[in-house]
Amino acid sequence: MSETDKPRIGVFVCHCGVNIGSVVNVPKVVEYAKTLPNVVYSEDNLYACSSEGLGKIKEAIKNHQLNRVVVASCTPRTHEPLFRGACEEADLNKYLFHMANIREHCSWVHPKDPKKATEKAKDIIKMAVAKAALLEPQIEPEINVQPSALVIGGGVSGMTAALSLANQEFNVHLVEKDKELGGKLRELYKLYPSDKLSSEILDGYVRSVYSNTNIDVYTLSTVKHIEGFIGNFEVTINREGKEETLKIGTIVVATGADVFKPHGMYCYGENKNVITQLELEKLMSERKLGEPKSVLMIQCVGAREGKEGGRNYCSRICCAIAVKNALQIKEMFPDAEVFILYRDMQTYGKDFEEQYQKARENFVQFIRYDDAEPPDVYARSDGKLSVRVHDILVNDTLELDADLLVLSTPLVQSEEAKELSKLLKVPLGADGFFLEAHVKLRPVDFATDGIFVCGTAHGPKTIGESIAQAYAAASRAGIPMALGQVRTEAITAYVDEGLCTGCGTCVKLCPYNAIRKDDEGIARVNDALCKACGVCAASCPEKAVNMRHFSDAQVIAEATAALGGL
Amino acid sequence: MVEFEPKIIGFLCNWCSYAGADLAGVSRIQYPSNIRIVRVMCSGRLDPIIPLEVLAKGADGVIVLGCHPGDCHYSEGNLYEERKIKMLKRLLALTSVGSDRLKLEWVSASEGQRFAHVVTQFTEQIRKLGPSPVSGKNPNLKILENLQAAKNAASGFRLRVLVGSERELTEKSNVYNEKIPQEEFDALLDDAVEAEFTQHKLHLLTRDRSLPVKALAEATELKPADVLKQIVSMRRKNMITVDHIEGVTPFYKALEVE
Repeated sequence: MSETDKPRIGVFVCHCGVNIGSVVNVPKVVEYAKTLPNVVYSEDNLYACSSEGLGKIKEAIKNHQLNRVVVASCTPRTHEPLFRGACEEADLNKYLFHMANIREHCSWVHPKDPKKATEKAKDIIKMAVAKAALLEPQIEPEINVQPSALVIGGGVSGMTAALSLANQEFNVHLVEKDKELGGKLRELYKLYPSDKLSSEILDGYVRSVYSNTNIDVYTLSTVKHIEGFIGNFEVTINREGKEETLKIGTIVVATGADVFKPHGMYCYGENKNVITQLELEKLMSERKLGEPKSVLMIQCVGAREGKEGGRNYCSRICCAIAVKNALQIKEMFPDAEVFILYRDMQTYGKDFEEQYQKARENFVQFIRYDDAEPPDVYARSDGKLSVRVHDILVNDTLELDADLLVLSTPLVQSEEAKELSKLLKVPLGADGFFLEAHVKLRPVDFATDGIFVCGTAHGPKTIGESIAQAYAAASRAGIPMALGQVRTEAITAYVDEGLCTGCGTCVKLCPYNAIRKDDEGIARVNDALCKACGVCAASCPEKAVNMRHFSDAQVIAEATAALGGL
Repeated sequence: MVEFEPKIIGFLCNWCSYAGADLAGVSRIQYPSNIRIVRVMCSGRLDPIIPLEVLAKGADGVIVLGCHPGDCHYSEGNLYEERKIKMLKRLLALTSVGSDRLKLEWVSASEGQRFAHVVTQFTEQIRKLGPSPVSGKNPNLKILENLQAAKNAASGFRLRVLVGSERELTEKSNVYNEKIPQEEFDALLDDAVEAEFTQHKLHLLTRDRSLPVKALAEATELKPADVLKQIVSMRRKNMITVDHIEGVTPFYKALEVE
């Protein structure tokens, strides 16, 4: 029997225990499903996703020669792979499966009206059946993966990822824009909560990277051009003016972040005694701090702005940095007064709350200000800085002197990274940092296959978090290379050559450069690059582009099936 | 009398809004049961003809939900959809179906509450508008024909090229460092939408019989001069021809468009 013969659809309606069954009249829905066009079999199931439920689906595919399957249960976002797997085990192409979400979109949101919920469930199934009838089998293209990785950024995240991949015996190309490896760690003094010198940790890292024969280090180098797709990227590196093209299997983005420079705020840039935390670290490590009697820190400078288009995110690490540096100053100059002016203290990490307690015990003074009334800083004629701040906890305005004013400013995405996001065709989030494919389920993947992210390029993080994420990214990047082959999603665009006039609209719109015009001017889709968004199909002036698994006809059939019956 | 229960079709992107709808479910947030959800990979997948087709088949409202700007799984599919919906709303206003029956909103994967809120509000909006003139057992045939004209216009090269190029034309500058101001583009689009809609309507009106300008002006509620202007343009595109002449009055008849 061919899969594309006249549709024989099986509909399996799940009770999900009481989750669906207590609201939706499942037996009634099953009887209704049997009356729908092309449906030859329908049954209910207490738990369709249990091994027994899946077994019954497989059995029914065989016994009733089903060539399309609809499961009416929960969301395809979690359970579709499971049911598709069952179909494949019964020798049915997994693209001939469709899901009707009658739990998240029905029983759970309409429990007070079982009658309407039952009617809605019927409609949802009718719509799914209409689409299922038009489904076609698809073949997922299989592609070879080059066992060679590119790590962009030679900071602590990039070095960790490179080492981890190299230790899995993959070739690694580590590209760093600066002269030396190390990134921001090179500018730090001591790290919290261990109090170890940053340089000690860094030296060990850099040595291991250079001594690892699987790692090629490219310093003073940038990524110039990227083409291709998972397994087969062609990356052009510019090393001091010379260009070199590498064949790459997977890519890890570890470009780090910049520290926001608050020009024009709190006399920064006008008075040399107003510096950022990063500049303080550098002064401390170079022993150039002098002997300040009074050091004042202001938190959330240029962060959590709460305005349209502002830096509205919390930089997360600044509270712990301020606490750490305050303690360092207290250690170097026990008589110095240290004030931390904060909006909310969030020393959230392992052992950080203890550091905060320690700072309090060591008489670091914490003063809480309201963001509506930020501190007022002015330089006096004697060169000292005066700070007026309203302490909202004691409801009093304080006048404080400061020899040194340290501004805690957020990490921000670098300009280079913005360029890189365009080169790689991976998105940046609203805060400007690289955006992962899914915040919970795919935290180090990009939506584009074969490209991964770690460290502060993805958002403000501690060193420990960056390293953990770098290991995660390296292990994810290692999987396709270890397998040697990957299958890519079959939901892709295709061009009807007879209709294409070569206008190039799709070429310009494709966010992945997946469409090119061939020598005859006809648009061609690279299946491995296409990610299924369908913007090309929705925009093609000649309607020559269509989508596999989400064709116009399929979408319209699903959307209009229940009209007239509501 | 039974209270009017609107039929609403929602197109939700797989990555943000569909997940937001799932979250509303997981959080057991209640909202009206009128919406029927269709999952698409990206809001930008929605070809303008799809909402028009759904409205023509009797939906009282169509809502398209995508990721917030900047969060699109496919970088900017949502922004391209925004341009399509803008054009569609202009078209719908001309059809007498009304632009209020179509809505585009952003709902993220973490906004279950917002999803429920947006759906509730839109359901109420459609409830207030009342049944669509083309839904139910006795659809208004004139408006149905308007929708067909809108569909034909939205399938046509001119509007699709304009909408597909809008962001490129208004946001990026060309090789001469020129950028088209948004207002200028909007005026251009307005003209194009009106012209395309009118031409496709005239095309439909003259498909089965030949008609003179006067009759066409009455049917389209346009000035005869405006009708003639469109007919001239249509003749250039081979959409219409003079069928015969009665006295001194030419009668026009549609030509089959490929």
